[in-house]
Amino acid sequence: MRRFALIAVPYLWLLALFLVPFLIVLKISLSDIAMAIPPYTPTLDLSAGWEGIKSFFAALDLENFEFLTTDDLYWKAYLSSLQIAFIATIATLIVGYPIAYGMANAPDHWRPTLMMLVILPFWTSFLIRVYAWVGILSSEGYLNQILLWSGVINEPLTILNTNVAVYIGIVYTYLPFMILPIYSALERMDESLLEAAEDLGCSRISAFWLVTIPLSKNGIIAGCFLVFIPTIGEFVIPSLLGGSKTLMIGKVLWEEFFNNRDWPVASAVAVILLLILIIPIILFQRNEQKQREAEG
Amino acid sequence: MRRMTWFNATSLTLGFAFLYLPMLILIIYSFNDSKLVTVWAGFSTRWYGELFRNEAFLDAAWVTLRVAVISSTIATALGTMAALVLVRAGRFAGRTLFSGMIYAPLVMPEVITGLSLLLLFIGIGLDRGIFTIILAHTTFSMCYVSVVVSSRLVSFDRSLEEAALDLGCSPAQAFRLVTLPIIAPAVISGWLLAFTLSLDDLVIASFTAGPSSTTLPIKIWSSIRLGLSPEINALSTLLISFVAVGVIAASLTSKRASLRRQAEERAAVAA
Repeated sequence: MRRFALIAVPYLWLLALFLVPFLIVLKISLSDIAMAIPPYTPTLDLSAGWEGIKSFFAALDLENFEFLTTDDLYWKAYLSSLQIAFIATIATLIVGYPIAYGMANAPDHWRPTLMMLVILPFWTSFLIRVYAWVGILSSEGYLNQILLWSGVINEPLTILNTNVAVYIGIVYTYLPFMILPIYSALERMDESLLEAAEDLGCSRISAFWLVTIPLSKNGIIAGCFLVFIPTIGEFVIPSLLGGSKTLMIGKVLWEEFFNNRDWPVASAVAVILLLILIIPIILFQRNEQKQREAEG
Repeated sequence: MRRMTWFNATSLTLGFAFLYLPMLILIIYSFNDSKLVTVWAGFSTRWYGELFRNEAFLDAAWVTLRVAVISSTIATALGTMAALVLVRAGRFAGRTLFSGMIYAPLVMPEVITGLSLLLLFIGIGLDRGIFTIILAHTTFSMCYVSVVVSSRLVSFDRSLEEAALDLGCSPAQAFRLVTLPIIAPAVISGWLLAFTLSLDDLVIASFTAGPSSTTLPIKIWSSIRLGLSPEINALSTLLISFVAVGVIAASLTSKRASLRRQAEERAAVAA
């Protein structure tokens, strides 16, 4: 009885507030837009009995998904989200790897502090960390002030409201997700392997490429997925740092819902976004599982 | 052989400068007297004064605090239960679906979580307000709590619990006297995680909030959409220092507590 209650309470909560809402999104994505409240038809009318259920299913169709393929805004937004997420992930890897490497090679008594310094930004408000870059990157911002003052440039650079600002924002906010898995892979590495490589005539740099990189491969893969997956659906960074030309699907969904009030299309956008996300999520889980098996 | 070469020292210095300079600049310029955020005009605390006279911000802060405390507390209870189910309950019908529902919200884009919950609330005719934000925040943060707690439960030595049962404890007593104290650090960090997630959330709150229940992130968002504001810098500084003090204090106390507990666990096993 106690076991039943233990399972049932969180189970029912998640069914009601996670699974059911998602099924509603699925259903509305198959419905038509209407000038009503709520602004879509059909609505399920259980009081009409079996006939009501039958007519409900008969009215569902794939019209909204067809609409997504005819207007090139949507597929361009999906492609550009994937592209931005991909480039930003590579950039985060390039910035994050040396930091993780430096941490793994730091003296033992420094490491807890360094770990804490990486995790601390993760606890501070995401919104504020993105906002901090608005002041730095704007045309009269701190970066341009320094560059103009030092004479590197004569005209202020336009960085804010471009894709470059979006990349910087993503690298900045997702950096801890990249550093931590790489650091934990590097920290476990057996240092004597490097010594062996050097004894056998490897230079330090080739030992790094031939030994360190392959041994931290799992950390690199995990870090890349941890950045790539959430970035695809990102809304705050492209809205705040990106420009009118920055197309990301999270932003499109938001605008479709709040500005155009087209619920069926917004729902269809969400369903396709989830279908796109399933592939990297499965690949990520497979990588994690492989790693666990290798350890166990 | 650990090497602290110039390369490592440089990458650490640059890396941490990159992580911390933007926030440091934000903090410094919150004490700027000028209304123009990027032009320094002398030290002043006037924006903090303005902030505390701004009723809209104070109201939003109060809403956010209530939502965060209530949702993280419920999420901790539900998340701990879910962790016990995942680690301890063995097989039961629908187990795969259950663990799927625990892990899916972790990777679900916030816009989709927000949209789906809003459609649910409208579908069942629930008026949006503080209550619906609490429901939404509880749902996604309980999943984070359960991940944190279940990782502690996996490494937990079950013989301690069995010993308590052998010595005449009821299962409930064994849980309260043995299991709970051991997993307490994970439960507390789960609560803190849920609390900060709730404090921080903009997207899901925007979908599930009503007109009378503006949270602090929604308020911040609507004012930074219009550009930089010295008041937001002051508010950010307060939030950053609040979190920094909290995290450092929590990690120091939990480190001390876990050292003590490890020693006790070892002593108990040895005896």
